[in-house]
Amino acid sequence: MSTPNVVLHVADVHKRFGGLHALADIDLQVEEGQTHAIIGPNGAGKSTLLNVIIGKLAPTSGQVVFDGAVLTGRKPYQINQLGIARVFQTPEIFADLSVLHNVMIPALAKRDGAFKLNMLRSLDSEVSIRQEAEHMLEDVGMLSSQDMHAGSLSRGDKRRMELAMCLIQHPRLLLLDEPTAGMSRHDTNTTIELLKKIKSRGMTKVIIEHDMHVVFSLADKISVLAQGRIIADGTPDQVRGNPKVQEAYLGGTH
Amino acid sequence: MLAMSRNDILLFLGFTIAVLAMPIWLQPFGAAYPDLLQRFMIFGIFAVGFNILFGLTGYLSFGHAAFFGVGSYTAVWSFKLLSLDAIPAMLFAIAVSGVFALVIGYLSLRRSGIYFSILTLAFAQMSYNLAYSVLTPITNGETGLQLTLADPRHVDRMFGEAMPGQPVPTLLGQSLGGFAGFYFCAGFLIIAFFIAQRITNSPFGMMLKGIKSNQTRMNYTGFNTKPYTLAAFVISGMYAGLAGALLAVTDPLAGAERMQWTASGEVVLMTILGGAGTLVGPVIGAWLIKYFENIFSAINETILARFWDFLPDGLDHAAVVVSSKFVGEGWFLTLGLVFVLIVVFLPGGIMEGVRRIAHLFNRPDKSSPSQGKAAPQPQPAE
Repeated sequence: MSTPNVVLHVADVHKRFGGLHALADIDLQVEEGQTHAIIGPNGAGKSTLLNVIIGKLAPTSGQVVFDGAVLTGRKPYQINQLGIARVFQTPEIFADLSVLHNVMIPALAKRDGAFKLNMLRSLDSEVSIRQEAEHMLEDVGMLSSQDMHAGSLSRGDKRRMELAMCLIQHPRLLLLDEPTAGMSRHDTNTTIELLKKIKSRGMTKVIIEHDMHVVFSLADKISVLAQGRIIADGTPDQVRGNPKVQEAYLGGTH
Repeated sequence: MLAMSRNDILLFLGFTIAVLAMPIWLQPFGAAYPDLLQRFMIFGIFAVGFNILFGLTGYLSFGHAAFFGVGSYTAVWSFKLLSLDAIPAMLFAIAVSGVFALVIGYLSLRRSGIYFSILTLAFAQMSYNLAYSVLTPITNGETGLQLTLADPRHVDRMFGEAMPGQPVPTLLGQSLGGFAGFYFCAGFLIIAFFIAQRITNSPFGMMLKGIKSNQTRMNYTGFNTKPYTLAAFVISGMYAGLAGALLAVTDPLAGAERMQWTASGEVVLMTILGGAGTLVGPVIGAWLIKYFENIFSAINETILARFWDFLPDGLDHAAVVVSSKFVGEGWFLTLGLVFVLIVVFLPGGIMEGVRRIAHLFNRPDKSSPSQGKAAPQPQPAE
């Protein structure tokens, strides 16, 4: 039943850690331009699934296909160069560098590719990259802190900056691993607004989230994961009404 | 493309003037004689290059003396086989140590962190032991490789008979002894510093800093970090080879002890003492260590006895016995103590000390955030 505009296809993926069957028979199709949320109780295998997609973990069997290219077996940097960016649960940023440089680095990766020996060029002459980074920071509302040390930002700002680092690459697919984990209500709402804003850019997003408020405000499609299996799939309303989901997840904690 | 910010130009000019004027401003310190000044230049280059790998990229190599030694041997062989002129010797030394660094770097960079350090240490010790044993035909083993009257010097002999007397390296026929040797080395240190400054301020340099800061993010940002780290390794290996070749120019006797782990450790100390990741820090670290090594290793018991003379009998004897452990051959004990103090109280090295002092004076006006110069400002933890 493959729809014509499926951009990410996780096909029949299994992942075993010794005796533990972390992912079983996962088949997931993400359509272009949609926000697809993956939810599930703790230990359901959400992060494992994301790590399989991004190339951090190799599946025991099955494969992940992105826009016709098989991702399985590729290295993280190759996967990124195909147009996939990732926001981590704990922001992975360049804590020793300034906010502006944090955002310029991914822009250079997009322009120059995986490796370029441009050691005699001055960073000051990269005017267009710098402007691009400044625009990006303006978009996420962080232009005023561009000279700050990334390591000294608040957690919410680190997350916003990490998002800017991903967005500046204009990825076709953005993977978000619990983008509001550990955030205050206020920061969570700002992040939701930001994610809604970029929703209009036609970017496909896969989001892993615990917070139902976040999921139901953003997702077009939801897949529910429990004990390594997808137990339900559909629009937010379909999922909300699914008795299996209520039993496994919604009913329990919320 | 060659645009430099005003701060960078000032830093470079200031550095150049400070280096060229060393014979003048070091006079009150009793260090303005050519032999020591040459060593300041040579180990300055070694430290600047080492900093590109360790300070910028964050890979701690414990085997850079191997490239230093390879540079020395190559230069002496160039003197022996080709010409006494220093220029071809330098070029060969840089090229050969670069190839050597490419091989060792390729293998060592398969690991990171402590395993990388151990691998580089192992390769350097291997090179050291090979130089002493099986490679004796090339290295002349324990005696060390030196110039003799009977050397072929093919290129020199094509242009006429060799000069009489003990052969010494030259530059276009001019002898490189004394202050000429110092200015020759100083020229290379200034060029080396300039290139390091360019690298630090280039997109490539920013990638190296990114690798040091967060290699995971670099990978997920689309960078293949391996060629970046390898390039940094090879560049710093070539710097080491250049320094080794200059040491051979000023003193054409290459011995295997130049490759020993203590020599590798010394450049680590220089870089950390001065301030890893900063441009000037490693050079200052190298200068201070070489300066105090010169002073402390010259002190003997007679001098100490005179120094402690004011103490009562018996006590002065004890003072001499204790302090003699820290001077002469025991200089490394002093160095070790100083190093411990620096790492514990001033982990950013001397440059961090300078910044802290500058910060005290600058506190009233907080208008200008220090831009680009040297290492980032230390920030309070989150």
